[in-house]
Amino acid sequence: MSEVLEDISLPKPAILKEVNPVSITKPPLVNNKRSIAWITDKICNIVEEPTPRWWWVSFIVAVLIASYTFIGLTWLVSTGVGVWGLANPINWGWAIVNFVFWIGIGHAGTLISAILCLLKQKWRTSINRAAEAMTIFAVCCAGIFPLFHVGRVWFAWWLFPLPNSNSIWPQFRSPLEWDVFAVSTYFTVSVLFWYMGMIPDLGALRDRAKKTWRKVFYGVLAMGWRNSNRHWRNYEMAYLLLAGLSTPLVLSVHTIVSFDFAASVLPGWHTTIFPPYFVAGAIFSGFGMVLTLMLPLRAIYGLHDLITQHHIDCMCKIILATGSMVGYAYAMEFFIAWYGANPYEGFAFVNRAFGQYAWAYWIMVSCNVISPQLFWFKFIRRNPALVWIICGFVNVGMWFERFVITVTSLANDFLPSSWGYYSPTIVDIFTFFGTFGFFTALFLLFVRFLPLMPIAELKAVTPPADPHGNGTWD
Amino acid sequence: MANVNNKPFGLIASFKTAPDIYEAAKRVRDAGYKKWDVFTPFPVHGMDGAMGLKRSRVPRFTLIGGLTGFWTGVLITWYMNGYDYPLIVGGKPFWSFIFPFPVLYELTILFAAFGTFFGMFISNKLPEHHHPTFDHPAFNKASDDTFFILIQNEDPQYDAEKTRALLEEIGGEEVTLLEE
Repeated sequence: MSEVLEDISLPKPAILKEVNPVSITKPPLVNNKRSIAWITDKICNIVEEPTPRWWWVSFIVAVLIASYTFIGLTWLVSTGVGVWGLANPINWGWAIVNFVFWIGIGHAGTLISAILCLLKQKWRTSINRAAEAMTIFAVCCAGIFPLFHVGRVWFAWWLFPLPNSNSIWPQFRSPLEWDVFAVSTYFTVSVLFWYMGMIPDLGALRDRAKKTWRKVFYGVLAMGWRNSNRHWRNYEMAYLLLAGLSTPLVLSVHTIVSFDFAASVLPGWHTTIFPPYFVAGAIFSGFGMVLTLMLPLRAIYGLHDLITQHHIDCMCKIILATGSMVGYAYAMEFFIAWYGANPYEGFAFVNRAFGQYAWAYWIMVSCNVISPQLFWFKFIRRNPALVWIICGFVNVGMWFERFVITVTSLANDFLPSSWGYYSPTIVDIFTFFGTFGFFTALFLLFVRFLPLMPIAELKAVTPPADPHGNGTWD
Repeated sequence: MANVNNKPFGLIASFKTAPDIYEAAKRVRDAGYKKWDVFTPFPVHGMDGAMGLKRSRVPRFTLIGGLTGFWTGVLITWYMNGYDYPLIVGGKPFWSFIFPFPVLYELTILFAAFGTFFGMFISNKLPEHHHPTFDHPAFNKASDDTFFILIQNEDPQYDAEKTRALLEEIGGEEVTLLEE
């Protein structure tokens, strides 16, 4: 060790002058040399300013859309699961598709808050809070579908290991039961992580509060946080530990979701590639949703100094990387189906691409494999409108991926005599359509009442926060 | 009631920048104070060392939580599927570590997360909605852009004159006496 240290202290060898190494400058994470106080003002103002008109308009529209879910579910509960388009042989239609779709969207939030935290990717700070909120609201939307798919929703508590009058217990061999534990743990841990991360910022809002209800509301939520370094020490440790716990958690959640399929014997489902393929797809779709939400907010609130082009570039590159992984998984599935020489498996894949659901398959491929490849080009990443549109394609494509996986394997399995064709009913469509309103309404409430970005963390990544600097940007 | 027995709580001084507070904290540490604290709008890198603080104890709560979660999982899956209502499924054993492993895994993480979350609150003695620092008129800036050092009356080294002199010497502004 000491030898190495001595080497570093030696004068630089002459060769360095000849090869002229370039020192790569990291782009700043906050533009225009904004001060620490500016960051507090900027983010607290989003919550403190009078409610803007666009917010009310969007909120009312979102609630109206959400009412479609309410209508769909009322219809279902009052009549029976038969009002959905489920029928033999396809008993897992839109319900499971929508469940996996929403759960997947949530995963980018945890990736940003936990995995990028462990990897010390400081650019995560400005999008972290909103992405975590997105996670929680997406899991809320996801939970609706399996909950109502059980049919008699008033017995849904049988899913949990609670004593009931029939003296029976959940069957822990079932991947669906694993799902209950995975998703409920995921939701709970995400809420804990989100809330704990917010405490210092709630304290900042409390300290600025003028009205009594604000003092009480933010005061209670801030838990008496007083920015003490003795507290920061435990807080940072807890934050790191929660990041460390959330990382295996998020990977396990989508792995277990994929077990719902992979642990069955159906051609096209029974493959070992499913867990990593599902996790990559989840992160892919989740980043699509993060950009879909953050780009409009950036424009509305003028957050260009906090969500810089560098941030957008980073997110686009993750979409490009995970999109390529998803594309690779599609190709590998096909290859293994052929190489495995199982005629049913081979048929399942040829049928996906050229059978009765070929339209869905090619929507999936064009949205998920082709559209993210555009992010190789800088001029596309630098055009927020184009990025937003491509992210829309990613969201659509990932919904179709789950549709293709779920429906094609069920519709055409071993026996042609038991084949079928699945179409959703109006109740399916209402229920799914409404969840977008539900999700948006929750997100709008978050934007209005809670700190949109982690104020303390953002301050900590600016040069004035460096204790060895001079306390300024220069 | 606070003004009836207004005992002094400590002296608080404000600082403008992160490097200032970092250097000042090292001076207070070297002066041998124990009951004192630093307030910063964000966690200042290296401040724990500058204050001479030991490693946080939160990981112990995490470990206890994780172990509790894992063994809770073992207990409930064994009791429910292996003991109270055993079912033969595919001629497999009634209970093993293998089939309920996802459940054990998730419960380990769930309880470890609860341990961490509540461990943070317990270690920090939060929630504490009233604290003498909140009576300081400028203290709401601690979450904005001002840094503070507080030296408590309880500290054995505390001396109204000398402590005030130290805080002023290390660059503290607006040295104020806080009352309990």
